[in-house]
Amino acid sequence: MTSSLNLTSPTYNYKIVRMFTLATLAWAVIGMSMGLFIALQLSFPLLNFEEFFTFGRLRPVHTTGVIFGFAGNALIATSFFVVQRTCRVRLWGEKLAHFVFWGYQAFVIMAVTGYIFGINQSKEYAEPEWYADLWLVVVWVSYLLIFVMTLKKRTEPHIYVANWFYMSFIATIAILHVVNNLAVPVSWHSTKSYSVAAGVQSAMIQWWYGHNAVGFLLTAGFLGMMYYFVPKQANRPIYSYRLSIIHFWSLIFIYIWAGPHHLLYTSLPDWVQTLGMTFSIMLWMPSWGGMLNGIMTLNGAWHKLREDPILQFLIIALAFYGMSTFEGPVLAIKEVNALAHYTDWIIGHVHSGALGWVAFITFGSLYNMIPVLWNRQSMYSIRLISIHLWVATLGIVLYITAMWFAGITHGLMAREYDANGFLVHSFVEIVQAMHPFYVMRALGGVFFLSGMLIMIYNCWKTITDDSLPVRAVGKGTAA
Amino acid sequence: MINHEKIEKNSILLLVLAIIVVSIGGMVEILPLFRMETVIEPVKGIRPYTPLELAGQNIYIRENCAVCHSQQIRSLRDDVTRYGHYSLAAESMYDHPFLWGSKRIGPDLARVGGKYSDAWHVAHLSNPRSVVPESVMPNFSFLMTRGADLVDIADHLRVLRLLGVPYTDDMIANAYNDGISQARADGDAPGLKKRYGDKVNVRDFDGQPNFVSEMDALIAYLQKLGTDVDFTTFDPNMDPRDQLVNPVPEPAPEPAPEKGK
Amino acid sequence: MHFIDWVSNSSGIIVTVIFFTVFLGIAIWAYLPSNKKNLEDQGMIPFKGQEKTAKEKDELSGVETTGHNWDGIKELNKPIPRWWLIVFILAIIYAIGYWVLYPAWPVPHGNSRGELHWNEHKDLAKEESEIAAIQEKNLARIHTSTLQQIQDDKDLYEFAKDGGAAVFKQNCIVCHGSNATGGNGFPNLVDDDWLWGGKLEDIYKTIKVGIRSTSPDTRTSQMPSFGRDGILTPAQIQDVAEFVQKLHLGDKAEITPAYTRGKDIYAANCTVCHGKNGDGNQALGAPRHNDDIWLYGNGDMKSIVDSITNAHAGVMPSWEGRLSDDTIKELAIYVHSLGGGQ
Repeated sequence: MTSSLNLTSPTYNYKIVRMFTLATLAWAVIGMSMGLFIALQLSFPLLNFEEFFTFGRLRPVHTTGVIFGFAGNALIATSFFVVQRTCRVRLWGEKLAHFVFWGYQAFVIMAVTGYIFGINQSKEYAEPEWYADLWLVVVWVSYLLIFVMTLKKRTEPHIYVANWFYMSFIATIAILHVVNNLAVPVSWHSTKSYSVAAGVQSAMIQWWYGHNAVGFLLTAGFLGMMYYFVPKQANRPIYSYRLSIIHFWSLIFIYIWAGPHHLLYTSLPDWVQTLGMTFSIMLWMPSWGGMLNGIMTLNGAWHKLREDPILQFLIIALAFYGMSTFEGPVLAIKEVNALAHYTDWIIGHVHSGALGWVAFITFGSLYNMIPVLWNRQSMYSIRLISIHLWVATLGIVLYITAMWFAGITHGLMAREYDANGFLVHSFVEIVQAMHPFYVMRALGGVFFLSGMLIMIYNCWKTITDDSLPVRAVGKGTAA
Repeated sequence: MINHEKIEKNSILLLVLAIIVVSIGGMVEILPLFRMETVIEPVKGIRPYTPLELAGQNIYIRENCAVCHSQQIRSLRDDVTRYGHYSLAAESMYDHPFLWGSKRIGPDLARVGGKYSDAWHVAHLSNPRSVVPESVMPNFSFLMTRGADLVDIADHLRVLRLLGVPYTDDMIANAYNDGISQARADGDAPGLKKRYGDKVNVRDFDGQPNFVSEMDALIAYLQKLGTDVDFTTFDPNMDPRDQLVNPVPEPAPEPAPEKGK
Repeated sequence: MHFIDWVSNSSGIIVTVIFFTVFLGIAIWAYLPSNKKNLEDQGMIPFKGQEKTAKEKDELSGVETTGHNWDGIKELNKPIPRWWLIVFILAIIYAIGYWVLYPAWPVPHGNSRGELHWNEHKDLAKEESEIAAIQEKNLARIHTSTLQQIQDDKDLYEFAKDGGAAVFKQNCIVCHGSNATGGNGFPNLVDDDWLWGGKLEDIYKTIKVGIRSTSPDTRTSQMPSFGRDGILTPAQIQDVAEFVQKLHLGDKAEITPAYTRGKDIYAANCTVCHGKNGDGNQALGAPRHNDDIWLYGNGDMKSIVDSITNAHAGVMPSWEGRLSDDTIKELAIYVHSLGGGQ
């Protein structure tokens, strides 16, 4: 092994990764707190305050805060980290990367402050209005450019699978965002615009977008993250290269078609609904390919799981990923959907994926990456990571159990007929029945948020405590 | 068989192939929906929103009512029993964007038009728990004191016309006045009805006869929902708009069972 | 204009100002010189050749790697798990089968209809016919019976009440309350007091055409706005309100000068609709005043004064068209059975 420091050797650009990491942590707290607050509003409606702090105004603050704020920043941070290290090259575009950072935060802030004042397109996960959307295009294209150019100047000829996932996520989100947000503003100085599509077409485009925002931002992008941090933390090779090829291409192809499963039994044409349902079912194995490749990377090293809470986070994330990507196709079956659609079962499904998979894989990855970025031997406290894990897992279990109960109760009550063939329950009775589950769900959120705050503390100590031992240098590629 | 190594060693090839692969599904599912649309006449009765109703819809969007209330009755027995005839594609054809919703924290509103009185809506929107104690809906009492946003409503109609909603020059020229007239006794009700049809609800919705409030606008919008199509005369087999769902005419089904059960 | 109105109307400007202020603040804070240790010289990029890249046998699994090395990450060249492939292929076969049987693919001028010639409205019709089958006998009898006949037939009566109760739940409770006891401005259906008559036929008609509804056959009447239109002075209204408030007490009412004046005003202005003794008039929907049942307020002076000054014109929607005639019959039976049916 060649020895230690050569000060003329170029370095990775960690500064930009540090900035995005801090943004990730900040938005996590903002987005998750807002989620807890709106959950409490549903449990105790007197917590709605006219006119700026009603559930309708605040819900997108939560969804944008966690999707674009937390998940988006996590993806940009880790993608910049991973692409540099797996290409053995410094990030392309020094100044542009800073522009992407500030521009992206500006987008999220514009969106979120807008919602409170009622500036909202009422399209799920695409609520920001036209001017913010245009701005995001500029920022996002810059992001794609940086990523692709960094790949181009790599010194390792083969592109690692994590980067296939990251790059397809960035490119697809650009396409989805532009097409779904095509709109005409009322005037150049008005915040209000009307979408180009209407009715059925608008519904189809929205859920082509909405499902693939999940599929590419929350799945493909985070699979990229997983493909780096799991083998890194476990110090084991990826289970099967061939599996990664097949599941990558089949996943990005099939995912796109699944959108109509959000519109089953509606006035969307029957044939599109069929495509949505059948492709959702075909999606099952391609999704599980990622789970398999990640979990089976521990083959021969299962003992590491016992002692390492970071690895536990990563593997539990993959378990939740497997669960959610099985539950998804099940929910896409028309007969199941007939009961589940419009109910809290869907919310439960969303959060098992969002908290179980997205958040946990991010936590594990950040716990691995932060010591590298701030030149520490390890996180300030491994024990706190373990506490975080248990508290957060408890939160997730409470959350999704509550939502399963709520959703199935709602669905069954809605379709109950008595012996004479008359409907038994009014809608008001269904609302009443939801209350205990809403409270239980809010409790789950309290736990999950508490775990997040523990992480913030741990990260803050890691970053600011200069008495912590530094990383051993001169060990070549060992991170 | 494709040599994957070649793709893995060429970032641009990888990018282009990925873009091609992800574009296919969207094109197959989305593009035909536009094509079929242009071939078909609207269902009898569907009309664009009046200026006041449009202002009301914009309030609905602003307050994000769609995150709790759906506006799409599915072709499922208990949906139809509870809410009325299943929603037709045509009924949301002028909604830019669609407002079908994806969650029922509150009930579906697709056919709420005419179901409750204006006074009920005022009471319910101001404080839902005053009429439904179990409700989790927020209060929107501020709508009573805020004037409806009609000043530039003609611009809104113009943009919507650009996007295919059949607003006429007459409608655009009279947009502001029509907006006011729909909720004030001293307005030009005949002109409004001439432009939008006799079924338009013209009355003081919120109990404030000389003030056109946001409450007026929102209630005007809500009272229109689901009322366009006369289902006593509607025949799914004859209606060309329904071709989107029934692409080829089916033999007439058995007479539908009693409505409202 | 209220401050809140100004805020709402100027929301665009306010948002921009807030955004820029916050943004600028963060940007300035982030770029202030700090005394943090310079972390830039960490994270050395390895030399070319510093990482081993050659196929090797992984000791733990016994499988060869692909030979690549990305920052220490290697890949095993394991084959794809067979079960994974089989399940994937089975899913694809399932999908293809589904496409053959059901509407699936767009084709010129339409879409593939599928061998089963299925569409979701057929399914709906089938499901509805299952319910219809359970109900058809009773529904047919309701269809051909009068309301009285339904009431006299014990089994049919139970069926009709059950149906009416279910429909009431779906449509009526948001105004009339979960227990049908009403609310402010929404009549209590459980008591003996009826605005437009409590016989079966009366209730049936009220549901069918509504009150001051958009139906051409609606029941309607209009109380004058005695205060707003200057028919009575505010002082006169106070007097007659006191009379009305105490009317249900009969002989036990406390006689005051206002009460006496109010009595005369009542005789001159109100009895024509509300009846000589405040009995009400069901042909006009004029409420009875000689009971302690109040549609607006709860017998408090403020509500009574408001009713006289501004006059209410309560609206009940017409349900004809939205509900079938047989359903309205069921509803009438149910409401009548709640108590006080005449």
